[in-house]
Amino acid sequence: MRRFLSWGFLCAVLLGITLNVQAQTGPGTSDNDAALELLEALDVDSYRDKGEAITAILQSDDERARDWLQALLDGRLQRTGSGRFVVVLDNAGRNWPVEDALTHEPLGEMSRRELDRIGINNALRNQLRSAIAVVDLYSPSVERRRISAERLLGEVDGELVEPINELIAEEDDSQVRTRLTQAVAIYRAEQGEMEGVEALTGSLHPRARVALGRAAHGDDPVVADAARNALASVEQNLKINRGIETLYFGLSLGSVLVLAAIGLAITFGVMGVINMAHGELMMLGAYTTWMMQQLLPGQPGLALILSIPAGFLVAALVGVAIERSVIQFLKGRPLETLLATFGISLILQQLVRTVISPLNRTVITPEWMSGSLVINDALSLTINRMVVLGFALVVFAGLVLIMRRTRLGLEVRAVTQNRAMARSMGIRATRVDILTFALGSGVAGLAGVALSQLTNVGPNLGQNYIIDSFMVVVFGGVGNLWGTLVAGLSLGVINQILEPWAGAVLAKIIVLVFIILFIQKRPRGLFPQKGRAAEG
Amino acid sequence: MMPQLPSSRFWLTRPFGERTTQVFLGVLFTALLVVTVLHVAVPQGSPLHVNAYTVNLFGKYLSYALLAVAVDLVWGYLGILSLGHGAFFAIGGYAMGMYLMRQIGDRGTYGHPVLPDFMVFLNWESLPWYWQGFDMAWFAFAMVLLAPGMLALVFGFLAFRSRVTGVYLSIITQALTFALMLAFFRNEMGFGGNNGLTDFRELLGFNLRSNDTRLGLFLATGVALAMGYILCRAIVTSKLGRVCVATRDAEARTRFIGYRVERFQLFVFVVSAMLAGLAGALYVPQVGIINPSEFSPLFSIEIVLWVALGGRATLYGAVIGAILVNYAKTIFTGVMPDAWLFALGAMFVLVTVLLPKGVAGLLRKRRRAVESDNAGTKEAIA
Repeated sequence: MRRFLSWGFLCAVLLGITLNVQAQTGPGTSDNDAALELLEALDVDSYRDKGEAITAILQSDDERARDWLQALLDGRLQRTGSGRFVVVLDNAGRNWPVEDALTHEPLGEMSRRELDRIGINNALRNQLRSAIAVVDLYSPSVERRRISAERLLGEVDGELVEPINELIAEEDDSQVRTRLTQAVAIYRAEQGEMEGVEALTGSLHPRARVALGRAAHGDDPVVADAARNALASVEQNLKINRGIETLYFGLSLGSVLVLAAIGLAITFGVMGVINMAHGELMMLGAYTTWMMQQLLPGQPGLALILSIPAGFLVAALVGVAIERSVIQFLKGRPLETLLATFGISLILQQLVRTVISPLNRTVITPEWMSGSLVINDALSLTINRMVVLGFALVVFAGLVLIMRRTRLGLEVRAVTQNRAMARSMGIRATRVDILTFALGSGVAGLAGVALSQLTNVGPNLGQNYIIDSFMVVVFGGVGNLWGTLVAGLSLGVINQILEPWAGAVLAKIIVLVFIILFIQKRPRGLFPQKGRAAEG
Repeated sequence: MMPQLPSSRFWLTRPFGERTTQVFLGVLFTALLVVTVLHVAVPQGSPLHVNAYTVNLFGKYLSYALLAVAVDLVWGYLGILSLGHGAFFAIGGYAMGMYLMRQIGDRGTYGHPVLPDFMVFLNWESLPWYWQGFDMAWFAFAMVLLAPGMLALVFGFLAFRSRVTGVYLSIITQALTFALMLAFFRNEMGFGGNNGLTDFRELLGFNLRSNDTRLGLFLATGVALAMGYILCRAIVTSKLGRVCVATRDAEARTRFIGYRVERFQLFVFVVSAMLAGLAGALYVPQVGIINPSEFSPLFSIEIVLWVALGGRATLYGAVIGAILVNYAKTIFTGVMPDAWLFALGAMFVLVTVLLPKGVAGLLRKRRRAVESDNAGTKEAIA
């Protein structure tokens, strides 16, 4: 792609800069007339001449060269009517703040009509990017060196090898060193040198694979053989990495399902009630996060953490309101409860549409949750999904603790197993109902807070998850937290495994059909309740 | 409390001896007659004139009513809350839609003699195997009943055999229609994907855009509703119907008495699915389109609301409910569309909490009050 680039020029430049750096030239106080001449050469019609002007800028020792090239690349290097070169600092809006390209002197705001942009085409854009990458190799910033070393993979040619090797010897940062070594090795392997093939064995970078592929078709049978072996081991390695990635995405999807389904499982287990408004309680949790971020502008992380208790409370309160106003009047009529809560879900959805907006809201992902954890060249795990996965496990553990270790848990289990007997032992079943419903709804709110970090927050958020979470409950077995966990995670993983060869929609259909068939074998789920509790 | 079985010997004519059936059929046919007369005989411009749009709308309501009767048959008398009857309705509709598509022939936008427009658009070479035969009316009309019937047979066989009941069954039926919706949204399925089947021209040679055809479809739907009602009535007043009611009220006991409960359930479920398919087939030519949104879980659960509002286990209640809710929907979506979902949601809550027997329950309570009043006065006179 960037092959057309005249590497000869760049190498010359590179050597020039090396000398320059070694000579420890002071800051470029060189006369501005020469600099102006360099820039003037850019303001010509022919793109070929512009390319030569860019090379001239590179070859000059001027320390402002990088800024100019970057500004030129971004279209921010402009010329005023009076022929002065300026850099536009921010080109949003009608009037742009500008500074002098030579002296960095701020010149206030200028209207776009007063300015004349120096145009470039795609070929020049590529030339500029590579040029900046080479310049950046000498940058004091490690970050910049890393990015430019990354860019050089597969772009090295014979004349660059020597200067890069020198750089490797001087480089402190191990990451930059590895990348540069790889970049040289890729060149060597493509030239059919054994040394390069050996250095690339085990590297997962796509460029390295391309280089090994070329070496495998080389003339020297020994090298070609070695390259083939290296390639095979790389492919094997890649397969494992892809497997891990699928598993990770599956677990991530599964953790969302677990979060969505676990509250449902609790209320269904205790009260025999299908709460069709469960998804809308999740939606309320997600909107609570959004609301929190509106209240605390500029602090998305704090808002997110605060919305964990807030989301729980909001959803739990709405849940109690639903229980008191509707569900308590429908005791023992599960199908009617299903219909009534469905009505509530419609009302809640429409309420959000009317009060807030029918459009999706953006919830900001705080910095510590964005980005990804790079394991190697073929595998990087997104951090927000990892946080949600951890959050799901924490919520699950918390619920298990509540169920196993608290008075409420004991009472909930008693009522689940035999309502009449529990009542005769003095457990106030109505109170347990209310608290369970609050707990289940609150967990839905937590699920919503977590979901706000993964998907769009809109009025339909809950609807998209309700059928899936029922599937998890049915699959896992009612009234069993571990069943929900296993079912949720395995459905997530199954879905992700099927997706590559069946497509997203078909994978979903296959999972649904699978559950319908599974119910044939085990009508009460993976972990059915035993004994009398199973009747009814 | 079970009413006495009517006395007629032949099960299919037995409902005619019932008071409610007589009243229902009387009201239905009077309504059909009145609408026809007002549409044909009363000149346009007169305030009493019923225009073609309204006739079409009533025809749509009647097909919904037939669908509601089908749902009431399984929910009211068998205790199966199906949240997936929209699927059977839609499949019946698609079978009719496929016939209507084939009738377009080479008059489509692309003018292909055999392939429907959307297949030409997708660069398909030939008709998929499951589209074969739909150019023949008898085959298509048979499929209107058989396709939903087969799906119900397979699904019901699997579900009832393993004794999936109650809430579980409801959820599974919902998953069924959801899965079908996703499937029909796919272009590769060959049913027009997102857009579905539309741009129909004629049915059995009658132009679908003419007012006379619309009136004819309206009347045909009315007759189908009457026949569906009589069939369901005949089923529930037969011995088989009594086993169904016993199953609804105490499935385990009925099984222990020795009835093969799952067979009764399967039979009635399949009949109900076929009726729903018929309703879908009558619906499609009247609205002129069928697309995957008919498979949406929301639509299926809405049908259940019609039945609940009208009154479960009465059949005529289902008809009342379907017409009432859809009339309200037409009004609401015209006047204030945003409020419709509020109204629908409120209806779900209010009907289940305050009006568990529906409108039919109110009617019956009134009649009973009147009767006891009459009895009281008679006694007083005596």
